[in-house]
Amino acid sequence: MSTRELTCIGCPLGCALTVTMEGDTVTAVTGNTCPRGDAYARKEVTNPTRIVTSTVRVKGGVFPMANVKTAADIPKDKIFACVEALKDITVNAPVKIGDVILPNVAGTGVDIVAARNVAAN
Amino acid sequence: MKNYDLVIVGGGPAGLAAAVSARDHGIDSILIIERDKELGGILNQCIHNGFGLHTFKEELTGPEYASRFIEQVEERGIEYKLNTMVMDIAASDASSANGTVTKTVTAMNREDGMFEIQAKSVILAMGCRERSRGALNIPGYRPAGIFSAGTAQRLVNMEGYMPGREVVILGSGDIGLIMARRMTLEGAKVKVVAELMPYSGGLKRNIVQCLDDFGIPLKLSHTVVDIEGKNRVEAVTIAEVGPDRKPIPGTEERYTCDTLLLSCGLIPENELSRSAGIDINPVTSGPVVNDSLETSVDGIFACGNVLHVHDLVDYVSQEATAAGKNAAAYITNGAAKDAKSVEIFPVDGVRYTVPKYIRPAEMDDTLTVRFRVDAVYKNCSIATYFDDTLISRRKRPVMAPGEMEQVILDKKKLGEFPDLSKITIRIEESV
Amino acid sequence: MYDVAIIGAGVIGSAIARELSRFDASICVIEREEDVCCGTSKANSAIIHAGFDATPGSLKARLNVRGNEMMDQLAKDLDIPFKRNGSLVVCTKDQDRAGLDILLEKGKKNGVPDLRILERDELMRLEPNLSDDVTCALYAPTGGIVCPFHMTMAFAENAFTNGVSFFLNTKVTSISKTADGYELAAIHTDTEESETFKAKVVINAAGVHSDEFNNMVSSRRLHITARKGEYCLLDKEAGTHVSHTVFQLPSKMGKGVLVSPTVHGNLLVGPTAVDVSDKEAVNTTQEGLDSLGVTASLSVKNVPMRQVITSFAGLRAHEDGGDFVIGEVPDAKGFINAAGIESPGLSSAPAIGEMVAGIVKELLNLSAKSDFIATRKGILRPETLSMEERNQLIKEHPEYGNIICRCEMITEGEIMDAIHRPLGARSLDGVKRRTRAGMGRCQAGFCSPRTMEILEREIPMSMFDITKNGVGGEIVIGTNKEI
Repeated sequence: MSTRELTCIGCPLGCALTVTMEGDTVTAVTGNTCPRGDAYARKEVTNPTRIVTSTVRVKGGVFPMANVKTAADIPKDKIFACVEALKDITVNAPVKIGDVILPNVAGTGVDIVAARNVAAN
Repeated sequence: MKNYDLVIVGGGPAGLAAAVSARDHGIDSILIIERDKELGGILNQCIHNGFGLHTFKEELTGPEYASRFIEQVEERGIEYKLNTMVMDIAASDASSANGTVTKTVTAMNREDGMFEIQAKSVILAMGCRERSRGALNIPGYRPAGIFSAGTAQRLVNMEGYMPGREVVILGSGDIGLIMARRMTLEGAKVKVVAELMPYSGGLKRNIVQCLDDFGIPLKLSHTVVDIEGKNRVEAVTIAEVGPDRKPIPGTEERYTCDTLLLSCGLIPENELSRSAGIDINPVTSGPVVNDSLETSVDGIFACGNVLHVHDLVDYVSQEATAAGKNAAAYITNGAAKDAKSVEIFPVDGVRYTVPKYIRPAEMDDTLTVRFRVDAVYKNCSIATYFDDTLISRRKRPVMAPGEMEQVILDKKKLGEFPDLSKITIRIEESV
Repeated sequence: MYDVAIIGAGVIGSAIARELSRFDASICVIEREEDVCCGTSKANSAIIHAGFDATPGSLKARLNVRGNEMMDQLAKDLDIPFKRNGSLVVCTKDQDRAGLDILLEKGKKNGVPDLRILERDELMRLEPNLSDDVTCALYAPTGGIVCPFHMTMAFAENAFTNGVSFFLNTKVTSISKTADGYELAAIHTDTEESETFKAKVVINAAGVHSDEFNNMVSSRRLHITARKGEYCLLDKEAGTHVSHTVFQLPSKMGKGVLVSPTVHGNLLVGPTAVDVSDKEAVNTTQEGLDSLGVTASLSVKNVPMRQVITSFAGLRAHEDGGDFVIGEVPDAKGFINAAGIESPGLSSAPAIGEMVAGIVKELLNLSAKSDFIATRKGILRPETLSMEERNQLIKEHPEYGNIICRCEMITEGEIMDAIHRPLGARSLDGVKRRTRAGMGRCQAGFCSPRTMEILEREIPMSMFDITKNGVGGEIVIGTNKEI
């Protein structure tokens, strides 16, 4: 049996969670004040994921950069691969929120989408 | 001279929500004045996600959150001027038939030059600025490479320039935490985050996802005691501080780095408010307001970070929506008659409240009073007293200065206390 | 071959250059930093002293009083922000007031006009925030406050306009005597290329380093100690806390610190005085900054030290002899020192310029130029205009309608002026010293990315070459994901 201490990120409360595990199986979550804490803890110890946000360069736009994000969570250990994949990307204006900038980033099955509108110059 | 019913100073989240709300409450003649080249304010450089959980039930990036409100402004055809700086706001002696006092707003831009606008009501939504290295009085050299976290955020996120390779961050406010992750993801090495206080001023999720995820150490009760480097930062020395927040000799640790980011607090930007003669609360550095978010000058309202620094933009939007509605009522119905006003006293751990005054006869059916606590409190309660009578006691497992707390006042309940002289909000040990 | 080479473009070198530019001569100024006014001239009390402090008969005494006299005309001719706000040396109840009488006597001997001692009642009417312990003070109505940046730039720009060549980013590494003058070996610090300058006359105005240059050519050694002074600058909200420059009567505890308004409306507290071995050590220290508020409270009560917006340190060039060292070096003909210029150096600068120019005129038998331009206009401040004038300006130059620094309300037009004028700004600090953009309460947090864009466009230059204060002080070091 092992335990892991986590801070719940479900809301600003930031509950201090204790996850008890038998091997890879979660046997108990304590310290949470709502069901979201339980779900977060179970996921965080078995399959942690994150939304990744970054920027890409824009050509011909009113702004030089557009910020982008993963359309859904990706595995935490893919964060750097995801950012690396954006390194050489330049998009042409106009950019619209939701435009797919890079499909299936780093083999995660998740698309990188624009999170800002940039009008053409 | 142009006339508007309502001028809103600032086109960030507060100004946008206030404009939408005022329009939805029947005001057609509205002008938003924004100093930057686009609407959205500081949200445009906040490219991380996590905005709008309360408002939209989803996690948006800053620009996405802003765009939702910008769309609402555009849909309603609300006028705005970009690249325009408000230079002065003055309340005149002239008042209209229904008692509204005319304000003169002086602004300037490239196209129109310097111009004056007359408005029945003004909403202040100028936001806040960061505390600078100078204000912190950190000793050492004054080389390049010292940035406020927000300046670095703008350079990286909006212009695509990296301010440095090896970074020390002072202050664990949210912008500092967010920038620790941003700089890391863009290729820099963040060596340490030092925090003067024994607790972080940032949100828990930011500590987890911006520091813990990347193994960046957070040193609580530490501060910067020396900056080396004559042209560019070469090293920063941090030291532990005692309970008096003064460095403890012998605890110094030197970090070689080329960049020091400062995230040491935000200050509401109230130069215009001061020159307009508005009373400022020394605790918040924002205007003193009543239940309608009206300042000490009739018909000038305030909302968002110019009023008090918020933790979540959702609360800014809520507050601004109220300010917009209240400004609309002022424009439509005129100044409220002299209603009895009751002061809210923040004591025992409560640093301030917004609003500071309520008028039981004028207020909405319920009123959200927001405040911050002065330290970390575990298993305590927020207690509200009308004079000496305990009205509510709400248990909170944890409260921290980085997060806003609230109490909801009920008009009906207040009606039961016709002779009420004061309201007290305090933190109490839970029983 | 130049007629005159001046080492150092601080206030002294620049004042000398300006005075010399009245004459028909080829003159150059060689400065190691990227801009004029980068050493002691940029970090001092910003005071034009009345002149009662120096020992009667000394160069300090004579040149201070003369420099003070010259300031009204200079401020008018060269558009230098200057105000005679008057100074007070206050005596507290545990101090011997005889100290004030000594100062008064010295002042009279030095020729300082209108000095008198004020008793507490009259004093408190003049300056209500003086501390409760203050009993009396020496009042010098001719004391003044000045912007040391603008003073230096005014001299330098006017010298430039009158034909003086300026070599910035150029560090003199050695000096050797030749048959007809001197050879100065120098290195351009930005390109790392070497250049040799030849001049009939060399003027040493190298501040804390002036002993080193003297000692390259003369066996009469000078020895200069860098004496550090730390200061705190307070928000304009505190700028009216005192209206006079309030000095403390020196005691066995030290010289004390001054509390003074600045000509731009801030409040200045300082300096400390600590001898340091490193002549580049312009760092502030915890002890120094902590001590200022405490010491200031001896003379002025309730100084709002929480309203500090920045702190800085400067180094005074203290020569062992205690007086300015000005004149031709006896064993190095044509080599003229303007060395050991510590306080009251800023106040004396106009007179030092006059004195040194006089020496050079004699040496080289120079004749006055017919086309000398005696005036210079500073950067136009739109806030000084009426609304109509301002709108006319914006119509012609829309950049004056665009506020860049919102704390000090500085427009894009002023920043462009700072860049394009003679010896224009090339760095953020250069823009800041000329326009005050970035000098307000947010300390450039908001405006620096915007000022960088303007520098990039106007000079033009790469964003990666834009510095805070010269080579090595670059602001950004690469692009996202590429560092």
